[in-house]
Amino acid sequence: MYWNKEAETLKPDELKRLQGKRLRKLVKYVYDRSALYRNKFKEAGIKPADIKEISDITKLPYTTKQDLRDNYPFNMFCVPMEEIVRIHASSGTTGKPTVVGYTRNDIDMWTEAMARTIVAPGGSKKDILHNAYGYGLFTGGLGFHYGGERVGCAVIPVSGGNTKRQLLLLKDFGGTILSCTPSYSIYLAEAAVNEGMDPKEDFKLRVGIFGAEPWSNAMRKRIEDALDIKATDVYGLSEICGPGVAQECEEQAGAHIWSDHFYPEVIDPNTGEQVGEGEQGELVFTTLTKEGIPLIRYRTRDLTVLDHEKCACGRYHPRMLRIRGRSDDMLIIRGVNVFPSQIEHVLMKFSDFAAHYLLVLGKKGPLDTLTVKAEVTPEVISDKVKDMMKLKAALKSELEQALGISIDVELVEPGTIPRSEGKAVRIKDERGDL
Amino acid sequence: MIKQISIFMKNEPGRLLKVTKILADSGIDIRALTVAETADFGILRLIVNEPDKAYRVLKEKEIAVVEHDVLGVEVNDRPGGLARIAEILNNEGINIEYMYAFVTKSHEKAYVVLRLDDLEKGKKILEKKGIRLVTTEELSEI
Ligand SMILES: [Zn+2]
Repeated sequence: MYWNKEAETLKPDELKRLQGKRLRKLVKYVYDRSALYRNKFKEAGIKPADIKEISDITKLPYTTKQDLRDNYPFNMFCVPMEEIVRIHASSGTTGKPTVVGYTRNDIDMWTEAMARTIVAPGGSKKDILHNAYGYGLFTGGLGFHYGGERVGCAVIPVSGGNTKRQLLLLKDFGGTILSCTPSYSIYLAEAAVNEGMDPKEDFKLRVGIFGAEPWSNAMRKRIEDALDIKATDVYGLSEICGPGVAQECEEQAGAHIWSDHFYPEVIDPNTGEQVGEGEQGELVFTTLTKEGIPLIRYRTRDLTVLDHEKCACGRYHPRMLRIRGRSDDMLIIRGVNVFPSQIEHVLMKFSDFAAHYLLVLGKKGPLDTLTVKAEVTPEVISDKVKDMMKLKAALKSELEQALGISIDVELVEPGTIPRSEGKAVRIKDERGDL
Repeated sequence: MIKQISIFMKNEPGRLLKVTKILADSGIDIRALTVAETADFGILRLIVNEPDKAYRVLKEKEIAVVEHDVLGVEVNDRPGGLARIAEILNNEGINIEYMYAFVTKSHEKAYVVLRLDDLEKGKKILEKKGIRLVTTEELSEI
């Protein structure tokens, strides 16, 4: 299903032509309006006239999160404040938040991208959108809210938290689309069962649009089984606009990047060179149509692989394979790169473990250690130590095989890993002296 | 046969206290208690006067609990009583997964709880050899 059939089914050459046209306009726009970009271009020896088509994009310098921090709060805005109609900010785990200002056109474009995002996995005006993303400075709540309204869904702005109320509304209002983090969706399913509900019978959900944290295909299966829905992956980041940068269609074969607005590249994070098709690297975006705070070749630090092949849904908009994680999330354990999502993937293959886990980083002498705290399901509890040790050994061996390093596994009681109502906390660093 | 309550729990002192408090608050008497420990978790095994009720109240408090059948054998204080039971089971190729003993409050009788890999077969052979097995009802009264 399409929201904007014309834009969503552009052929590769039509897309390139449109992207080229928009890039030319963008480069001139930022050159005229932003001292930061003007200086960056000068340093790189580039003039707007050098950019003729989309492939010329590689001549342009990168923009980073540090640029946003250095220009906190509003110095990277390309319009005066009177043109800005909304400001969002992402909570910085370290230091100041990243601030994004939207013009009326920016909000309109983002809402368009969100409308495509809701329709792609099967949403329509007949749906009731139970929007459990947080409302506020975080872009998740309002992004889905306005996208849902544009599609014509009945939007329930429930926001995050207050799980009991969420369950009540899911049951009584009969939401058909659920939008929240993947970890919260599994928590809702679990909490429903604890409240004596059967999520498959008592809820009318049929589609889930989950994002804001990396999740594995095995987790997808777990969520789909628990809620009897089609679970799809939404991708976005506030610097670019918020959720709705990319979304999976009904094929569930990677999220389509709405590349007429957000031009993606994948680069080697060390050299800054583009990688070949099908190779993993850091995802980089250029916002082709933004006015408030356009970003040129913005480094997301998210690692992914792009697929430009035509999708069975008819779209050519490139698909990003499920991100393994933000390069910031990557753990380096004794010199080996480990992504939490790899661990999750292994864990979810065992039906013996709940969808909640904690990775504890520690030190034994000079060496880093990784302990995976895995929560067993009530069904596997045995009175025999031998049985539990066997389960522990099986998980340890699968994990070590997948990660290529030795790790520790700790089995913990059901319900004891803290649940989160927003982004799940999966890592605890006890190394101290970093 | 008697019922045993087993609890999977983190290996820290507070956990045991929590479980025994829940049982005490529900008026359940513990007849026997043993903990099998590993580095990170322990399995607490309990014989109580009302196992079904104990299971229910623990489950309600979200304690990781399971209920199993085990054999309860009264052993007289004659030397060799326990050795004989072990021999009978061994001769039939039945393995004892674990066992533990307890005595009644008045110290009149001693019991051994046996967890066997083949419970039904073990039960039959012990009965055939004239070993008396206790029931949950009997334990409720001691
Ligand atoms: Zn598709």
